[in-house]
Amino acid sequence: MEKQELKGKEIKLMKGNEALAEAAIRAGLDAYFGYPITPQSEVMEYLTEQIPVRRGLVLQAESEVASINMIYGAAGAGARVMTSSSSPGMSLMQEGISYIASAQLPCLLVNVMRGGPGLGTIQPSQGDYFQAVKGGGHGDYKLFTLAPSTVQEMVDFVFEGFRMAEKYRNPALILADGALGQMMEKVELPAEGEFPHVIPDWATTGKKAGRKQNVITSLFIQPEKMEQINIDLQAKYKAMESEVKSESINTEDADVILVAFGLVARICMKAAELAREKGIKVGVIRPITLFPFPTEVLNTTADRVKKFLVVEMNAGQMVEDVRLSINGKADVQFYGRMGGMIPDPEEILTKLESMMK
Amino acid sequence: MEQFLINPDCMVYDNHPVTLTGEPYHYCPGCGHGVIHKVLMEVVRDLGIQEEVIGVAPVGCSVFAYHYMNVDMQEAAHGRASAVATAIKRVRPQNYVFSYQGDGDLAAIGTAETIHTVNRGENILMVFVNNAIYGMTGGQMAPTSLLGMKTSTSPYGRDAASMGNPIKITELLAQLPGAYYVARHAVHTPNAVRKLSKAFKNAFEYQKLNRGTCFIEVVSNCPSGWKMSPVQSIDWIEKNMLPMFPLGDIKVPDPKTGNPVMVKNN
Repeated sequence: MEKQELKGKEIKLMKGNEALAEAAIRAGLDAYFGYPITPQSEVMEYLTEQIPVRRGLVLQAESEVASINMIYGAAGAGARVMTSSSSPGMSLMQEGISYIASAQLPCLLVNVMRGGPGLGTIQPSQGDYFQAVKGGGHGDYKLFTLAPSTVQEMVDFVFEGFRMAEKYRNPALILADGALGQMMEKVELPAEGEFPHVIPDWATTGKKAGRKQNVITSLFIQPEKMEQINIDLQAKYKAMESEVKSESINTEDADVILVAFGLVARICMKAAELAREKGIKVGVIRPITLFPFPTEVLNTTADRVKKFLVVEMNAGQMVEDVRLSINGKADVQFYGRMGGMIPDPEEILTKLESMMK
Repeated sequence: MEQFLINPDCMVYDNHPVTLTGEPYHYCPGCGHGVIHKVLMEVVRDLGIQEEVIGVAPVGCSVFAYHYMNVDMQEAAHGRASAVATAIKRVRPQNYVFSYQGDGDLAAIGTAETIHTVNRGENILMVFVNNAIYGMTGGQMAPTSLLGMKTSTSPYGRDAASMGNPIKITELLAQLPGAYYVARHAVHTPNAVRKLSKAFKNAFEYQKLNRGTCFIEVVSNCPSGWKMSPVQSIDWIEKNMLPMFPLGDIKVPDPKTGNPVMVKNN
C-alpha cells in the first residue's frame, strides 16, 4: 500500500481511544500488539486501519497473554511498543508485566478501565488502581503510572509515557477509564516524526562480532544476585519520584480538599464550584502520576487544611495512599461509586455539606 | 588401563564451536539438551549467521540455554516463547529467529501461542524438545508422557481416561497452512544427530524464503526423570518413544513448486 506523508500538527475532535491511537503513531510507535476488549477496542481498530498506510506494525494476538509477551519480545529487540486493554485483559497481562519490569524493558501499557470484579461491566471504573500502582503481578515492581482526565491528556501521556519508559527502562502505564476512552473532545495532535527513537545497545539485535551476547531475562537464580537486582530496581523507583506530577486548584483558601484522579477529578472540579456558590471553600488536588504518588503536596497541604474528601469510582483504593501521605494530620474521608457508576457533582456536594456540619 | 577412544565415525560434533559460550552444561549426565544445543549452534556457525540469530529460551531445563548458546537471546515466560519470537521476528525481519521449548512449555501451558504462531506462519524456527516429562520441576507428567508412564504426578501410570492421551502436537501443527516445514528427529544415535543437523540447516535456509513456520520436534531423553541410566534411556526411546513419535519429515516444501506438502504415511 502507498505510504502517506508524515502528518503535521493538527487540531481535531476525537474520541479518547482513537486520539490515543493517533498519538501513538505520531510518537513513532514501531509495533502494537493487542487483543480486543470493550471499552478500548477502538485503539486497535484505529491502528489496524492507519498503520498499513502510515508506518509501524500492528498485530492482533490470540490473547492478552500472548500480546503482553509479544510486547516483551519486541521491546527486548529494541522497538518502541505499546499494548492496550481493559480491566479483565489487564489481569491476564500481569504475569508478563512482572517479567517486563524485571527485565527492565521500556514499553507503554494502556488500561481503559471498566467495572469489576470479574467480567463485571463495560461501563467506566477506577477499580484497577491497586493493580496499577501496587504491583498487580508478582514481586516488587512499579509501573510509571499516568492518569489522564481529558482526551488531550490521552494524547499527551502517550508521549510522556514513552519518554518515561525509555528514560528509566521501565514499563509505563496510562490508567484511563471507559468514559475517557469513549468520549469526544477537541485535541491538539503534535506533528509526526519529531520524537526519535534509538535502538538501545542492550537490545537483542544479533550478536555482532566484538560485543558480548545480549540477553533479556528476568531469571537470576542466585539469591544474592536477585537481591541486588531488586536493590537496583528500588533505586530506580526512588529516582522516578522526581517525575511526580499533580494539579492543585483553589487550594490556597480551601477549608476542604477534594482528591481525585482521572475523570473523577473533573467531576470534583464541578462539585467544588457548586460548593463555593454555597459558601463552602473547596479546593481540588488531582494526582496526575499515580506512581510516583504526590505524597509531598498532600502532606504539606494537610499542614493547613484539616478536611479531605477522596472521591473515586471504586470502593476506596487511592484513599489509602492519601491517608498514608497525610499521615494523620487531617481527617480523610471517602466517597465512591462502584460497578460502572459515575458520581455526579451534586452527590459529592451532599457529602461535602455533611462533612462541614 | 585401557584407553577409551571414540570411533571417529561416531564424532558428530566438534568440541567448541564459537557459537557456544564454552560454559559447562548444567544438564544431568546423558541428557539430550546438550547435544541439541550443540547441533543447533554448529549449524548457526556453519551457515555463518551468528551475528543475525536471535533465540528465545523457555522455562524448563533449558531455561539457561542463553548461558550456552553464544547468540543474542531472550528468556520467555513459561509457554510464551513463540509469542516472544513472533514479536522479535516482526520487528526485526532481517534476523533469523528461533525458539527452543520443551513439551510442557510448548504443548501444555503454551498450546495457544504454539498453534497461533504456526497458524500465522511466522517466519521462525520452533525447536520442540520432547522428553515426555517435566524435567526441571522433578519428573511430573507432561502432555506427551506415554500411556502407562509413571511420573511423580502419575505414580500409577498415565491413564487415558482420567489424564488424557499423549498429544502429538507436531502432527497437529503440520495441518496448519502456516506450517512450511515440519519434521521429527532425535538425538539418541549418531545417525539421528546427523539428520537433525541437516533439518536445522534446512529450517534456517527456509527462513530466508519468508514462507512460513519451520517446526522441528526432537525426541529426547530424561534419564533422571525417567529414573534410568543414560544407556537404558536410549533403549527406552527406541522401544517406547519412537513407536508413539515416529521420526521423519511430516511436511516439506515440494522441490518443484516450493509449496509445503504433507509427506505420505504421516
